[in-house]
Amino acid sequence: MAIFEKKAEKNHSLAHTAESIKEKFFSGKKAGASTLLRKITPYAMVRPALSIFMVFMIFSAIYMLYISFFDWNMIKDMKFVGLDNYIKMFTDPDFLLVMSNTFQYMFMMVPMSMILSLAIAMYLRKNTFINRLLQNVMFLPTIVSLVSISFVWIWIMDSDKGLLNYLLSFFGVEAINWLGDPQFAMFSVVLVNVWKSLGYYVLIFVAALQGIPSYLYEAAALDKAKPMTVFFKITLPMLSPTLFFLTLTSTIGSFKTFESISLMTNGGPMESTNTLVFELYRQGFVFYNTGYAAAMGVFLMALIGLMTFLYFKVLQKKVHYQ
Amino acid sequence: MANILRKSSRGVINIILFLIFFIPFYWMALTSIKSIGQVMQFPPAFFVSKPRFENFITAFESIEFLHYLKNSVVVTVCVMAAQLLTVVPAAYAFARFDFKGKGAMFGMVLATTMIPAQMIFLPVFVILSKAHLINTYWSLILPQATSAFGIFMLRQSFMQVPKELIEAARLDKAGEMKIMFKIMLPMSKSTVSTLALLNFIGTWNDYFWAKVLTTTDAVKTLPVGITSLSNVDGGIAQHIVMAGNVLMLLPILIAFVLAQKQILKAFSYTGVK
Repeated sequence: MAIFEKKAEKNHSLAHTAESIKEKFFSGKKAGASTLLRKITPYAMVRPALSIFMVFMIFSAIYMLYISFFDWNMIKDMKFVGLDNYIKMFTDPDFLLVMSNTFQYMFMMVPMSMILSLAIAMYLRKNTFINRLLQNVMFLPTIVSLVSISFVWIWIMDSDKGLLNYLLSFFGVEAINWLGDPQFAMFSVVLVNVWKSLGYYVLIFVAALQGIPSYLYEAAALDKAKPMTVFFKITLPMLSPTLFFLTLTSTIGSFKTFESISLMTNGGPMESTNTLVFELYRQGFVFYNTGYAAAMGVFLMALIGLMTFLYFKVLQKKVHYQ
Repeated sequence: MANILRKSSRGVINIILFLIFFIPFYWMALTSIKSIGQVMQFPPAFFVSKPRFENFITAFESIEFLHYLKNSVVVTVCVMAAQLLTVVPAAYAFARFDFKGKGAMFGMVLATTMIPAQMIFLPVFVILSKAHLINTYWSLILPQATSAFGIFMLRQSFMQVPKELIEAARLDKAGEMKIMFKIMLPMSKSTVSTLALLNFIGTWNDYFWAKVLTTTDAVKTLPVGITSLSNVDGGIAQHIVMAGNVLMLLPILIAFVLAQKQILKAFSYTGVK
């Protein structure tokens, strides 16, 4: 028996040595070619993705900056005009109106969606069947095309036959021309966008709320802390990374809003919903002021860059991380 | 007593919340089976006794619905395939290889998430038109053919795959291609399906690129094509518009019913960048 075992062991170790020799032999022989291959491989792998980023993001951004110094309509020869497009932009009252509209949109959209979604998330934070069901229903608009959403809301907000005015009439509210009245149009567009994005924000907030360790609340309960104190001293600080992320997302989202305006109001009535990206689109693709549109694009880039920078600055100082 | 009050007030809030988010969809579906007479009726009817399913056929025939549908399917499938082919290797390289310039390249990938489509569509249009690609499928596929978010997420997931597994595969002389698609990808199934879902929803719904990068009907996708329904009968045919929208919504709705949990999970991923 013992001899048998020993033999088997010997056999095994022999096989093992043979294996390792073979391995060394082969890898040694191929070393030159394979290390070179191994060096090139990662570059070949990142290449497709990087070339697309290079052309459609990096080069595009630089190219836009270049175009912005020219008078051009995509067909005739480019004429260098220096900073004229930028001077025109900042002195044109139409553009100032566009900027004021954009900020009006942002100052309605960001607080409304943040406060409402946080409140609803607090309300739905417990993981029960009804809460999950509500969350699912609220989430549906997030995955539905803005085209469908805009069309159904155009119909609901119709001034004569719309459902909204009909329902409001029970509360004694007189018919409102939601999308046709310059006073209401921007608010209506914001309302639809809040409605669309609320479910997404609630989803993120609920996940963050459920991630707050329960011992913090237990400790607060032991100290008989008031609900308000608990909210401001525990919940809000623990939520701050999420809150900041979503605020940044919705702020940048406000600057780039296009679809709902293009579909619901087309910038009107009386230019009251004409915001930055929509104006950029019109100047570039309807009026063919390509150089001028490019200058707006550069301005938008600066605006988004500045926002991101500011947020990260504040983020570093104010936000509580665990 | 206070408990009952609290419970019933919660019930009321629940119902209000539900209605706010449910009614617009109900209204869309309801309008799509109304007759023009019922559409024009005020106060509006909340139920329809004789549903008019002909509206869907009318919507189908009023525009080149099948043509737009085909374009939508082609673009969505191609974008998903292109992203698979560009995102997987890049994520694998960033996760499992050391090479010069890796940090800078990855930094560049992350930086592109700060460049939204709405910012660079003008130069993208110029570039594509100089390449004579406008009104071809390429124009809608190429700008979306990769995803920084996808590379980031998949890289995270690839880093979880044990190194030994890759080493073992290499000893078996498996090519990097095989390692990627036969080992790494199956090991990261949940991330891949998450990304695929987000991608499908985003591309299927996409209105922006299709709007700014097409000048003829040739490759227009459903979300853009369907907008011309609002011109049918001088713009009063809301039932036809809604019928078209219901048709466009169906694939998304089916996906939501089938993979509700996964979709919610997928979207909550996007919030933890």
